[in-house]
Amino acid sequence: MSETAIATRGLQKRFGPTLAVADLSLSVRAGEAFGFLGPNGAGKTTSIKMLLALVEPSGGTGTVLGAPLGDRAVRARIGFLPEHFRFHEYLTARELLRFHGRLYGLRGLPLDARIEDLLVRVDMLDAADRPLRGYSKGMLQRTGLAQALINDPALVFLDEPTSGLDPLGRLLVRDIVSELRARGTTVFVNSHLLGEVEATCDRVAFVKQGRVIHELALAGAPAGLELEMRVRPVDVEVVEGLGRFGTSVTVVGDNCVRMRVSGEHVIPDIARWLVERGVSVFALQGRRKSLEEWFVEVMGTDQRPG
Amino acid sequence: MMAMSPIPTIVHLTIQEARRRRVLAAGLLGGCAFLAVFGVAIGFAHADMVRSGTSFVERQAFLTLFTIAGFYAINFLSVLLAVLLPVDALSGEIDSGVMQTVASKPIRRADIVLGKWIGYLIIMAAYVGLLSAGVLVAGRLAAGYVQLYVARGLALMLLEIALLLTVSIAGGTRLSTVANGILGLGFYGMAFIGGIVEQIGGLAGVPSARTIGIAVSLVSPPDALWRMAAYHMQPSIMRGFVEGPPFLVSASVPNALMLWWAIGFMALTLAWAVRSFQRRAL
Ligand SMILES: Nc1ncnc2c1ncn2[C@@H]1O[C@H](COP(=O)(O)OP(=O)(O)O)[C@@H](O)[C@H]1O
Ligand SMILES: [Mg+2]
Repeated sequence: MSETAIATRGLQKRFGPTLAVADLSLSVRAGEAFGFLGPNGAGKTTSIKMLLALVEPSGGTGTVLGAPLGDRAVRARIGFLPEHFRFHEYLTARELLRFHGRLYGLRGLPLDARIEDLLVRVDMLDAADRPLRGYSKGMLQRTGLAQALINDPALVFLDEPTSGLDPLGRLLVRDIVSELRARGTTVFVNSHLLGEVEATCDRVAFVKQGRVIHELALAGAPAGLELEMRVRPVDVEVVEGLGRFGTSVTVVGDNCVRMRVSGEHVIPDIARWLVERGVSVFALQGRRKSLEEWFVEVMGTDQRPG
Repeated sequence: MMAMSPIPTIVHLTIQEARRRRVLAAGLLGGCAFLAVFGVAIGFAHADMVRSGTSFVERQAFLTLFTIAGFYAINFLSVLLAVLLPVDALSGEIDSGVMQTVASKPIRRADIVLGKWIGYLIIMAAYVGLLSAGVLVAGRLAAGYVQLYVARGLALMLLEIALLLTVSIAGGTRLSTVANGILGLGFYGMAFIGGIVEQIGGLAGVPSARTIGIAVSLVSPPDALWRMAAYHMQPSIMRGFVEGPPFLVSASVPNALMLWWAIGFMALTLAWAVRSFQRRAL
């Protein structure tokens, strides 16, 4: 299997006068969890649809699992949870999973066993024989997630998988993504919910008006760490002394100091030094720049709430 | 694993959907109401004729005509069902987004269209078959023997039904549900009017009206197929002799060329539906 799960060059999609995706050039490695972030209308859903050949690109090329876009055999190894997942509401969850399994060419006992496993995994076993018509939003989303995994895919696309879910539902999605990643499945997640992505993805791309404008590795984290501490007293000696451990030491308000350090290993040294000097330490913690801060920084301030 | 065709799976879902959404139940309810009326009417008519001493031959001709009228009612119910049942088969699933999960599977889009087409055809064949059996049984119970040649007539009716549902499925690849319903019924309505024009032209000996009617039948063959069906159901001695309403007893019967045209028409429409659906953004 190729090391690259998804590679695209200059993918573009026009709907009449609307340029939904301007220039999508992406590379997703096999086995990574990839977050595709951007405000509503940025072209995330259209991008996934092009990768799945639901929508024909107006320009550009790409490969998925080593085959050109739309290759039918490769689709057998792909799972997909669409945005606002809908389904045949007159079916029960078990029937729905059987139907989708059969479309993947699965049959008989292996399919039945897989369905039971997934129903348990997404916690839908007790409602599995009721029609989807009466399900809550969360139950539907969990059923949809099971549907996306029925073929034990090598690559899964999840389009806004946690939208409309309660905190427990989100946790479930997060756990499942982690499990998939641990098993080497490539996961491609569209989201505008940054916290979710931050918790589950190895790498993210920020997309704006159909263009990837920034990529960021989350696992490897940007070098260094922002340290924030509340100590008393904060005087010149303390500030100068802290300068030995890092850079950009700034006093922000009463008793609060921020600085940049090279990594977590410095924190105990700083604590020891402060205590030895008789400084009272109330709090001392390192913080990464959150995805939300990245998002605002990368997207710029011209974004209006979507 | 890929050798297995997904078409049976789609066919199965299509039939399951019609059952679960109670479309079939509603269609059968309408059919039963019709059968009850038909049975009572033919029973009374037969009893009246026996009492008033109508000759056997006349009585048989009447019963045959009456039974064909029953088939005409079945035809009408089936036409409505054939247009309305698949009216949102594709458009509805495209709009709701259901189609995205189906079309992203390792299957051809053509399989989706063909699977639905076969599924609806099975449903409609079962529907026409059930109602036809109902008419024949009701006629036998109420009036005894009725001379009628059903097999060829039913085959022609099924072709008509298949043609209409193909048009309805094809429209659903491009049109919204309501627009598609209007198109389907309009398509049939045109055939119906065309048929009447052709009949009047034939009866009154006005060649231009007949030509116009035939031209309309070429654009929209369903009604011509019904008239062929009605013609073939009659015993040969009745054909062309017995007078009756024009949609039951044809003054102008389409010939075999029309049959081949209708089959070709349907095949082309189905091919167009597949192509149209293949190109659609989902
Ligand atoms: N089928 C379509 N027809 C016309 N415009 C569309 C269609 N699908 C998406 N768009 C437009 O393309 C842009 C990107 O949409 P989308 O890919 O859904 O963004 P996102 O998923 O990031 O919210 C939007 O402006 C949207 O209105
Ligand atoms: Mg979207």
